[in-house]
Amino acid sequence: MTGEPALRVRGIRKNFGDHAALDGVDLDVADGEVVTVIGPSGSGKSTLIRCVHQLETIDSGAIYLDDELLGHERHRGGLRPLGARRVAAQRSRMSMVFQQFHLIPHFTVLRNITEAPVRVHGRSRAEAETEARELLERVGLGDRADHYPRQLSGGQQQRVAIARAVAARPRVMLFDEPTSALDPELVDEVLSVMRQLAAEGMTMVVVTHEIAFAREVADRCVFMEAGRIVESGRPDEMLTAPRTARLRAFLARQARHGEAGQRENQHGQSLPTAQEHTS
Amino acid sequence: MPGSLSPTKRPADAVTDTMIDDVARSTRRVRPWRVLGGVVLALVAVVLAHFLVTNERLEWDVVGEYLFDPSVLSGLGTTVWLALAATVIGAVVGALLAAAQLSDFAPVRWAATLYIGVFRGIPPLVQLIFWFNLAYLLPRISIGIPFGPEFASWDANEVITPVTAAVIGLSLVESAYMAEIIRGGLIGVEQGQRDAARAMGLTPAQTFFRVVLPQAMRVIIPPGGSQFISVLKGTALVSVIAMADLLHSVQVIYNRTYEIVPMLIVACLWYLAVVTLFTFGQRWLERHFSRGHTTGGGRARRPKPTPDGATA
Repeated sequence: MTGEPALRVRGIRKNFGDHAALDGVDLDVADGEVVTVIGPSGSGKSTLIRCVHQLETIDSGAIYLDDELLGHERHRGGLRPLGARRVAAQRSRMSMVFQQFHLIPHFTVLRNITEAPVRVHGRSRAEAETEARELLERVGLGDRADHYPRQLSGGQQQRVAIARAVAARPRVMLFDEPTSALDPELVDEVLSVMRQLAAEGMTMVVVTHEIAFAREVADRCVFMEAGRIVESGRPDEMLTAPRTARLRAFLARQARHGEAGQRENQHGQSLPTAQEHTS
Repeated sequence: MPGSLSPTKRPADAVTDTMIDDVARSTRRVRPWRVLGGVVLALVAVVLAHFLVTNERLEWDVVGEYLFDPSVLSGLGTTVWLALAATVIGAVVGALLAAAQLSDFAPVRWAATLYIGVFRGIPPLVQLIFWFNLAYLLPRISIGIPFGPEFASWDANEVITPVTAAVIGLSLVESAYMAEIIRGGLIGVEQGQRDAARAMGLTPAQTFFRVVLPQAMRVIIPPGGSQFISVLKGTALVSVIAMADLLHSVQVIYNRTYEIVPMLIVACLWYLAVVTLFTFGQRWLERHFSRGHTTGGGRARRPKPTPDGATA
């Protein structure tokens, strides 16, 4: 975790109606750093990375990727929103892995991975397919290239989604609770792929409920509550000896419920499984 | 218990000495209402067949004589291309209207809603007569800058023929209906798909045409197919503005020969034939757009289960 910040988030706020989803968040992510974001449901974790990826607009503050302001441009001494194509170009330098995978159902696995490299990054189809097949081998799905997403299990779909995200050669990868929609026995296969990416030096921001993963893989952990960052630091220190009462309470809740607590948490958000959601 | 069980339905070793009840030995239940229903339906079919064969006023020989008459076939051709033209134009304009209704720019939404309200609200027959008489309202049709210079202009009486009036009238009605069907399909595509497409860096146009529209097509095709059948039958209306469609061509014949019933049967047979043909086309389109949406079919093979945590 050396070098310039790849990503800088400065005092961003985001309101949904009267509710402040993000209430002044600052976050720097260094080149090659792995940051995990933990916190209770509704604390603004997902909104934070959706704002970074320009899937949501922010109401105030600023986000920079490699010192380039995202979503807006300077204009006559002020700022104005960028056009949709420019925003798309900025987005293409980051990748997102979604909780519900969101693979494109009418594309084969291979096509899901090659679509962005070919359409957005202008690579040749042959080159993109070669690279996609290598990526599929790396996530252990080399024999699934010609399947459709519906024909795969949740864990397999999420590994394809990670391969799709890596194929864009992103500067930063954003993960939005990548294991929360998975059956418990499928969580490990996805986490191991993410561990591998972290070891290879990918810059990652991971919103997760997996405290163990946060502790093991992250360079830094951030705890959010009510739209603010309450505590952040090295995961081994922060997760063993929390400084704030609120993080202590959160960790105690997680520990008390353990595995069951995480499942309950998912149900609390009334998240359907992928099959129910998409069919 | 009758001994009519079929031993092939279960492996022999499944039966043990201790087994007293076995559902494989159960007999078929008699369903009296079904028997009665079947008899009634058969009776109706016989009566209908008897009527069609023995009623001499149907004049099947006349039907046979005119079924492939050149003027009937030419009318059939007109009907089919008119329906296709109205459907294609209607689908394109309807897609634009659907996009307009989902726009975040309010005036565009209002305009689309007004358009759909007007052209769906007025009976197609009235619209056709109206467009046919457009020359009265607008003697000259011109292209130019409003209140400014004119680049080209035409005499409305020359431009508005039965053909153009029919195409315009049917396309306008069709576009209003298609707009609603397409809008329904578009809002049925889950937001996550748009998110994923945008997250990949696709532009709004790429997101729409490559990701959202193909998924919406699954929902659009079935009602869109019914809509095509409606417009195909709706083309019969253009006979009132003297366009030589299928109905008009048989009318011309029976006005001369007074063989009204057999000529109408000729028209009915052709309408049914064309609708049936296009229904098969619709089934094919439905299968095409459902690829990837079933766990089995499609080009891809069915997956083999993998052991848990294969890569962990």
